Amino acid sequence: MAEAMIEFQSVTKQYQGGQPAVDGLSMSIDKGSITVFVGPSGCGKTTSLRMINRMVEPTSGTITVAGKDVSNEPAAQLRRSMGYVMQSSGLMPHRSVLDNIATVPRLNGVSRAAARKRAEELLDVVGLASTLGKRYPSQLSGGQQQRVGVARALAADPPVLLMDEPFSAVDPVVRDELQQELLRLQRELAKTIVFVTHDIDEATVLGDKVAVFAVGGKLAQYAAPEEILRAPANDFVASFVGRDRGFRHLSFNAADAVRIHPVKTVEAPELAAGNSEWAVVVDAGSRPLGWASPRDGAGLIPGGSLFRRGDSLRRALDAALSSPAGMGVVVDEHGRLVGVLKADEVLALIEETRHKREDAT
Amino acid sequence: MSDIFTDTFAWLTDPDHWSGSGGIATRLLEHLEYSGLVLLIAAAIAVPVGLFIGHTGHGRVAAVAFAGALRALPTLGLLVLFALLAGSGLMPPVWALVILTVPPLLAGTYAGISSVDPTVVDAARAMGMTELQVLFRVELPNGLQVMFGGIRTAVLQVIATVSVVAYLPLGGLGRYLFDGLVLQDFPRMLGGSLLIAALAIAVDLVLAVAERIFLPHGLSIDSRGGHKAAGDLAAAAPAGAAVQGGTA
Repeated sequence: MAEAMIEFQSVTKQYQGGQPAVDGLSMSIDKGSITVFVGPSGCGKTTSLRMINRMVEPTSGTITVAGKDVSNEPAAQLRRSMGYVMQSSGLMPHRSVLDNIATVPRLNGVSRAAARKRAEELLDVVGLASTLGKRYPSQLSGGQQQRVGVARALAADPPVLLMDEPFSAVDPVVRDELQQELLRLQRELAKTIVFVTHDIDEATVLGDKVAVFAVGGKLAQYAAPEEILRAPANDFVASFVGRDRGFRHLSFNAADAVRIHPVKTVEAPELAAGNSEWAVVVDAGSRPLGWASPRDGAGLIPGGSLFRRGDSLRRALDAALSSPAGMGVVVDEHGRLVGVLKADEVLALIEETRHKREDAT
Repeated sequence: MSDIFTDTFAWLTDPDHWSGSGGIATRLLEHLEYSGLVLLIAAAIAVPVGLFIGHTGHGRVAAVAFAGALRALPTLGLLVLFALLAGSGLMPPVWALVILTVPPLLAGTYAGISSVDPTVVDAARAMGMTELQVLFRVELPNGLQVMFGGIRTAVLQVIATVSVVAYLPLGGLGRYLFDGLVLQDFPRMLGGSLLIAALAIAVDLVLAVAERIFLPHGLSIDSRGGHKAAGDLAAAAPAGAAVQGGTA
């Protein structure tokens, strides 16, 4: 059992003359893991997050961080001991990127030179070019601003990171990138991260554990994402997790056992003329570019999603279903073509996985 | 009948009118002194109150109503009232003008602070800034641009209005207006008005330069549209499901 870092003990937040925003919340957040608060708007997930660093004061109940009651510490000092990333980057427009990142170390009395040096290191950590340090927030793209926001939160090396829908305002491609980078960072830093989102997909991708909140500020289910998708605790969780939960659950199953077939390759679609079967068009480095149809003159047909070796069953099935040829393209770690997989075989593997799970329980 | 514009020009360019105790140079200095004194006292009252209201949001409604009511007061009436109540001398009219200058300064300061993006303020607080640090390190520098607007309006208003103290009678460029009126000397009146207008414009230009110097650099980029830079990611490796193929 993991050590608890943050504990809520029957915490309630009630604003004047309304329903409670958070109602009797008791939960324990593991040290060094990512815990995701997810739920529809108005479920109290952000309020719960903001009570951890006293941006919101609870009406009753106590919250402890590393065993200490947060209400005993001066608010400003408590907040400096936790990183905070929000939806809009919240960067100070009048300060350069470096000075923004250096904010908390400077508040802690670190010298300007030392704080800037640390900020420069962090630019690299979050994957930004050092030349961006002298820019101002208004000169950055949304994704870059969020990266700076993460760097700022990490600057004082706090053990706890609070993230309030940090990736919900960026486009899906950038969001996917930022999620993967957060996971990479977390593997290196092992912070205790509390992450708020309304997106169940994001929750299952990032969370070691997911807390599903229901409207009215009640905790509906608190479990590993795999379990939430496989066995929702009640109708609310089931409906929130949504229709695709069966498909999403495949993310938690490895597709290592799927059979990979050889496939015909050509270096240009014209070379496929006269072929009786679909062929993968590859570049000189044998990276797939698309498909050539057995029918003449169709040219290069864009392919579906790629299945990288080691990916989940979900990726495998999607690769097969999204391919115009009915075959999912498999690539290795360097993006080079390995072969193809077939939808019916992926489905058979899914069935097999299910049987194994049944036998195990 | 001679042309009033030619006469005004002649009045303004006569070197005798510029020197001496009643000369233009002296009056100009007096005018600046009165204006500066009024602004200094008004700012000492309005800026702290504006900062407090802008930061906390407390007393906003009361301040807006109060400032509005003050603005409605007739200038000359207030001036005479203060002179009657407090006697002659420099300070009674200065206080009357302070009362008229506080509202635009207060409104400008308050508007500047409350114009700052609330998410930036929220983030600053969440980083662990104390309330004073939030006010002076985040709200003040970011609200400066809007505040400057209020300050410049107030300064122009004071420079124009300070003319009325000549009615009491005190010095300043307003002397030429009141004396000219009594003496039916219209070139002198027009010349005086032109001098007041020119002074106001000159001071406003100085403030515009000051604004440019004091405004944080990051904000001036922002206000001029800036050049957003993309594609500076050093290590933004494409993650997740790459979509295959497609013609580039």
